[in-house]
Amino acid sequence: MATREFAAHEAHVHAAPQGFIRKWVFSLDHKVIGLQYYFLALTAVFVGMFLSLLMRIHLIWPTAHLPMLGDIKPEMYVSLVTMHGTIMVFFVLTTAPQGGFGNYFLPIQIGAADMAFPVINMLSFWVTFLAYLVMLSAFFVTGGAPLHGWTGYPPLSAVPSAGPGEGPGADLWVISIALFCIGALMSALNFITTTLDMRAKGMTLMRMPLTCWAWFITAILGLLAFGVLLSAGILLLLDRNAGTSFYVPLTVFSGQVVGHRGGSPLLWQHLFWFFGHPEVYIAILPAMGLCSQLVSVFSRKPIFGYKAMVYAMLSIGLMGFMVWGHHMFMSGMNPYSAFAFSIMTMAIGVPSAIKTFNWLGTLWGGRIRFVSPMLFAIGFVSLFVTGGISGPFLAQPTLDIPLHDTAFVTAHFHLIMGVASIFGIFAATYYWFPKMFGRMMNERLARLHFWFTFVGTYCIFMPMHYAGMAGQPRRYSQFTELHYLEKLIPLNTFITFAAFVTIAAQFIFVFNLFWSMKAGKKASDNPWEATTLEWTTATPPPHDNFGGHTPVVYNGPYEYSVPGAPRDYVMQTDPATVAAH
Amino acid sequence: MAALPPTVVIDEPRTNLGASGGAPPPAKGGGGDDSGDFSSLPFAARLRRARLGMAVAVSGIVMIFISFASAYLVRQGLPTLDVRTGTLIHDWIWLQLPNLVLINTAVLLISSLAMELARRQATRELAEAEISVKHQGQISWLALTVALGLSFLAGQLIVWRELAASGFYLGTSPSSSFVYLLTGMHGIHLLGGVLALLVAGAASLLRRPVSSRLVVLDVTGWYWHFMAFLWVCILCLLEFAR
Repeated sequence: MATREFAAHEAHVHAAPQGFIRKWVFSLDHKVIGLQYYFLALTAVFVGMFLSLLMRIHLIWPTAHLPMLGDIKPEMYVSLVTMHGTIMVFFVLTTAPQGGFGNYFLPIQIGAADMAFPVINMLSFWVTFLAYLVMLSAFFVTGGAPLHGWTGYPPLSAVPSAGPGEGPGADLWVISIALFCIGALMSALNFITTTLDMRAKGMTLMRMPLTCWAWFITAILGLLAFGVLLSAGILLLLDRNAGTSFYVPLTVFSGQVVGHRGGSPLLWQHLFWFFGHPEVYIAILPAMGLCSQLVSVFSRKPIFGYKAMVYAMLSIGLMGFMVWGHHMFMSGMNPYSAFAFSIMTMAIGVPSAIKTFNWLGTLWGGRIRFVSPMLFAIGFVSLFVTGGISGPFLAQPTLDIPLHDTAFVTAHFHLIMGVASIFGIFAATYYWFPKMFGRMMNERLARLHFWFTFVGTYCIFMPMHYAGMAGQPRRYSQFTELHYLEKLIPLNTFITFAAFVTIAAQFIFVFNLFWSMKAGKKASDNPWEATTLEWTTATPPPHDNFGGHTPVVYNGPYEYSVPGAPRDYVMQTDPATVAAH
Repeated sequence: MAALPPTVVIDEPRTNLGASGGAPPPAKGGGGDDSGDFSSLPFAARLRRARLGMAVAVSGIVMIFISFASAYLVRQGLPTLDVRTGTLIHDWIWLQLPNLVLINTAVLLISSLAMELARRQATRELAEAEISVKHQGQISWLALTVALGLSFLAGQLIVWRELAASGFYLGTSPSSSFVYLLTGMHGIHLLGGVLALLVAGAASLLRRPVSSRLVVLDVTGWYWHFMAFLWVCILCLLEFAR
């Protein structure tokens, strides 16, 4: 009897779910979960952009009375800063590249039928979704959204009486972050196990596409970093609600001594940035992997220095855990510690430069196809260099001290972490859309979108460097009345208008996305003539990814322009070249 | 104990994982198996994957406790401002843990032993590919582990009550905050292990495939040992890290 049960059980495991709820809502299929993450991020990015637009409007017209919202008071401005940062960092930059595309394509690119633990995968999405709802609900409670920035420094974040948003709004913020950490940890568990255990025959680690390496390393970073943020969040919740004093020293707020003593605000900063710096790489590494992939595919050349790329990513990941102190030069840390963190930070320039030169080396002499995914990949390299070059400035304590808390820092991290990663998301969307939805996106609209976004981004963030060097502080709700900053008003007006145009251009993308799903040109199985496994299967991929068979891998992922091969690319599954090599 | 099926035929453990025909891979080494759905995999492949997943999960949990431990060590050495005198003082009060924690520790270590016996027996029986009536013994080792785990948790609650009775609440002093935090977080994690063991027990009562239950049992076993080890580390931190 038991044997029969066993067999019956086995016969049903591969069947695709039929009902709407099981297929599209509580789905165990990594592809559906990937799309869920992607659309969550798409919703979140528009909320985040809307908040940034309000900030930009307020900065140049501080007394404007906005329809529906009224006046933007200073505390509301700071809560916009907080929610913009939090939503963008967690629910867009962490969610789309890893949770979205990683979930969809990691199993397919390594030749697996699904993630290692599909139920945990589903749970990780739904916990993240819950975290997002909790985060948004902070807008609608008494006092509104919190004021403490996405970095949540105590004592401001730990004392409910510290400001209007620091009551229930801040509690919801911390709970949302803690939930997000749990979701991210479950997701990391799946990515790591899947990569190590579920590769198809012949798919050695060094034959994995660089996208898979990037997702794998990102997952390791997530595993080690989100646990620390979770711990920090638990301590913060206890400080806020259980009367402990982990972070709160003897403090006076509004003339009243709060009931805490002996805590250390620096403890939070250490724990937070131990997570926070790797988080930067969690946002950017998937884009690096993708960019490597696209530069090779559309230059029709093998990636320059595959192993160097892998080791560079590994060392960026490792060193990312040793530099958190560079966010804390202003905290009064020992100059010798600051020196060590500074040296270590600048050393990250080495693997970053290796990657950049390898991208350029791949482009060099290639037969470049300037299609929209490639444009965004090249845009990514540009933004990575521009945003990265201001990193060594800020890595030096003597330069960081005057520049800290100015718009220079805002410009730096928006270029390198924000927009560069977003360009990765766009490139991935244009590249994989045909595989995901079976149709091509409109190329003309895509190019229009690229140029508006690329030029627009530079128009927003390049001038911000100068504003920062001229002393314009971050997080101030109003600077127009400060005499020494008067000359910066035209510059800021320009930035705000550039933001208007750039945000407007994003509607081209959204229109293209949804219009192409319905009316785009039908895509073939391998429209870009790429070599990796996702292009060997049907479009869109069937429930078990390869339609009942399992691919066997014979080649590396970047076999382009192979001498003697019948076409200019050799699929990873092509056995023919075994003899040729 | 509910009646169990007298014999259950299961897959023999395979050593050539994932070799499902077709051309051999040209590269040395190669990836993992060419698996499909988890529950349809051969037992050994499922076990390997579940163990790998558990190892990854444990590293995540280690990071959580490392954060707490480093916060503990930092806070211990941190001077604070005394408002009456205006000077920096060390306000760390050493908390004498009740002796009951030693008994609790012994209980947890014994439960770890019971868990190991349950796990080894299960593994042996599977290796023989023949589960006979004897595996009722395994259920009782499992039940013993659960009982000891729950007694440990109950014992920790009593420790909390004793601390509270002597005036140390969560917010009383930094050291008491950390004691409640570390024991509480460990307790929550151990409770997760208890739930997993109950699932393994329920799977056996519901006559689910033996191999599914054994995978749960095996990885929970490793988790359980980790929890015992973690507790010893926490205890050493609280007692000796001064």
